Amino acid sequence: MSNLALIATLLLIMAMAYHLGLTRSRAVAAEQDVRMHSRPGYYGALVALWCGLPAFGLFLLWSFLAPQLIEMLVTQQLPTELVASMSDRELTTMLRRISAVAEGRNVAGGATPEELLAANHMARLQTFELYSLVAVMAVMAVGGLVYARRHISPQWRARNHVERVITWALAASSAVAVFTTVGIVLSMLGEALKFFSFISPAEFFLGTTWNPRFSTSGADAQGEFGLLPLLWGTMMVSIIALLVAIPVGLMTAIYMAEYAPPWLRNVAKPIIEVLAGIPTIVYGFFALIVIGPFLSNLGDMIGINIRTTSALTAGLVMGIMIIPFVSSLSDDIITQVPKSLRDGALGLGATKSETIRQVVLPAALPGIVGAFLLAASRAIGETMIVVLAAGNNPVLHGNPFEAVSTITVTIVNQLTGDMDFASPQSLVAFALGLTLFVITLGLNVIALIVVRKYRQQYE
Amino acid sequence: MSITIEQRRQHRLMTIEKSLAKRHRQEKRFRRTGLAAVVTGMTLVAILFVSILIRGVPAFWQATIFVDVYFDPDVIQLEEKPQKVSGESQSAFEERYAAWQSQAGLVNWQALIDSALEDAIGDEVESRQLRDLRALVSSSERFALRNRFVEDPSLLGQTVELKMLASANVDVWIKGNIDRNLDDSRQQLSAQTRAWADQLYDDGIIKNAFSTALFLNTDSRSSPASAGLAGAFMGSLFMMMVVIMLSVPLGVASAIYLEEFAPKNRLTDLIEININNLAAVPSIVFGLLGASIFIGYLGLPLSAPLVGGLVLTLMTLPTIIIATRASLRSIPPSIRQAALGIGASRVQTVFHHVLPLALPGILTGSILGVAQALGETAPLLLIGMNAFVANVPGTPLEQSTALPVQIYLWQGNELRNFFEARTSAAIIVLLGLMLSLNALAIWLRKKFETRW
Repeated sequence: MSNLALIATLLLIMAMAYHLGLTRSRAVAAEQDVRMHSRPGYYGALVALWCGLPAFGLFLLWSFLAPQLIEMLVTQQLPTELVASMSDRELTTMLRRISAVAEGRNVAGGATPEELLAANHMARLQTFELYSLVAVMAVMAVGGLVYARRHISPQWRARNHVERVITWALAASSAVAVFTTVGIVLSMLGEALKFFSFISPAEFFLGTTWNPRFSTSGADAQGEFGLLPLLWGTMMVSIIALLVAIPVGLMTAIYMAEYAPPWLRNVAKPIIEVLAGIPTIVYGFFALIVIGPFLSNLGDMIGINIRTTSALTAGLVMGIMIIPFVSSLSDDIITQVPKSLRDGALGLGATKSETIRQVVLPAALPGIVGAFLLAASRAIGETMIVVLAAGNNPVLHGNPFEAVSTITVTIVNQLTGDMDFASPQSLVAFALGLTLFVITLGLNVIALIVVRKYRQQYE
Repeated sequence: MSITIEQRRQHRLMTIEKSLAKRHRQEKRFRRTGLAAVVTGMTLVAILFVSILIRGVPAFWQATIFVDVYFDPDVIQLEEKPQKVSGESQSAFEERYAAWQSQAGLVNWQALIDSALEDAIGDEVESRQLRDLRALVSSSERFALRNRFVEDPSLLGQTVELKMLASANVDVWIKGNIDRNLDDSRQQLSAQTRAWADQLYDDGIIKNAFSTALFLNTDSRSSPASAGLAGAFMGSLFMMMVVIMLSVPLGVASAIYLEEFAPKNRLTDLIEININNLAAVPSIVFGLLGASIFIGYLGLPLSAPLVGGLVLTLMTLPTIIIATRASLRSIPPSIRQAALGIGASRVQTVFHHVLPLALPGILTGSILGVAQALGETAPLLLIGMNAFVANVPGTPLEQSTALPVQIYLWQGNELRNFFEARTSAAIIVLLGLMLSLNALAIWLRKKFETRW
């Protein structure tokens, strides 16, 4: 809370600095009777930036470093033989308890005398740290303000400086997306490597049995972590989904782009768009209470044993979910085919459907294939529908009427409730996530390249 | 005999004519297939909506017991509610008050409910039937009664008409969501309770009243009838606040940079490919990122809306960037050239001229991105937001669930007969929120649509 107050105060001072800079620049202009390089607002903004940015930078650096420094000092102050007798993990737990005591909270089992002593020390250090932070920040803010305000002169190119800061800020924002990707890759790689120190990659990627056991059943009760049943389950569900979504979605797109009267387009397009936004948990629930029982009854009627939660149920509903996705992507691509191609075919006497099948679709094929690949990556990464409707049965079998399990379901199962990233049982989620990421990334990259090529062809 | 040109022409025409009928049939068939695809898609969606509405709408009305409760002084043997006396310190008063409250907690409130129900039934209830009687009413009601009395101790000795939630099983029975012909062993209520429920329903004492519990209460394990969405709603609200505050400014800023300032080189190409890929990364991967970095490395608390909001921010960022870029790209270059031509700097051009024109498109894209984040479930499961939380979170750092996660939790509840309807009602609430966001976005786009 004190941090928020600190930032709020800084913002307040910056507002003041803005005002000071603005009036100062006006005064300078009047005094020397010259035109300033920039308009007064820019001088104000520059003074505010000089006042706020260095202090804020210091604040960020400080809040990153200070807790570590304090922790180090407290550890040093602990009796050396006690520290030596503890493992890293015990030490971390103890430090956490100490900081809890320092904040005036109770810890389980009460604090030991050493902990109390350390907590007092820590509390003192923290108070000192806070005061010194406030003091240094105040000095920097006021110093920056005074310096910049003194510096105001007709020659000072305030606008250019402010604009450079803005451009840098914009560039920094666009770096966030890059850091996200880097973060995904690094975090998954790191945890997955930890997992592979328990289980060899060959065992993971080529294993045909999935039976992770529980981490509580002891370290020697190591389970079997074979990826193949999960990969196969994922493929089976996705293939069923694509078998549903591709024909319906593509035909919808063709009808919408080539045949539908404008009023139908106007009505149907927003509806399709809204459909694409329905949360997947809703589709999952729909699969569970409507489609599953329906398929099961249908199976009873024609004498096949279809389970309520099965690859078929999940695949079918996932297909329904992807229809809008396929159709709007294909629609975009079909409408991009130049009119001259259609006119040429129609002029030679082809019927409309012949034009579509023999001219438009071949021309649009690369783009449509790209759309299918994107749809496939959607299906592979989809989670909630399969969690609810696929039945969670990680066994290698070829029967779509039986329950299966997928990569995403297993990630959810292995990582919910247990946040201790030490056992292979929870670390495997990251290895699975990495596999999922690589598969979908591959599909996306190919799809994007294909679509891009296609666009260039007609631009 | 040679075939004349005329004959050849005739022959060709005939072949064409013959094939023409076939080709026209094909044309018709193709067209019909297209229409069938559209109709299939729409029908499936209609089935989805109708089946959820049919199940969910009745859950907004819940079996409620309207009875007169007598605040019997013989049962409520309590001292007077402590008032602050002059000269007493605040802490001493609070201590006294807390003691009084815990006294109030020990009163047998259930007895008041029991006798009120007994009066309503109009029969003497033997003590061995007490369990059957208590099965009528939601177990949360005795706490509601206590709270009501603590609020207003002058109720002592009065008779007040109260509405109390009937238990979940009674609700299921009254609505016919369980087969009434099942034999006793498979019914969730005893024969006596069922008979009483029917009697009270016929007498108009149990009515289906609009369920405020669904909106005002938090999730509850002990009394499913009173389980509500308030906690999940607040959790979602906090998350959306985080998403709006972070992903919209960041997304718009990076889109402006990439579209208006970035030099075209390999680095920006890489950033662009990266953003397009990020938009297609499965949402659960973002959950793994959150679990490993925000919780594992940075040590942020589990189940906190702040962490959920951060994860969803990273997830919606690409959507917003892509929408904003498209919107910026649709502003014709002539606007920029005009501004630059009269001496504006590039920053001024963008912020004074291009951005205001692109604003409607940016707004639309942002709303769609936020709506998408609102319905996302999978990544939240990995950062512990599926924990059971009985309080409405007061800050983004407290434990909480979210609307879609609450749906996930309810659909897995063992009390299927009751929670199937409750889940559908929650879905209706979520879809209502999302569809209104979507409708707002589409309306905004239509309203401000400009053709250059």
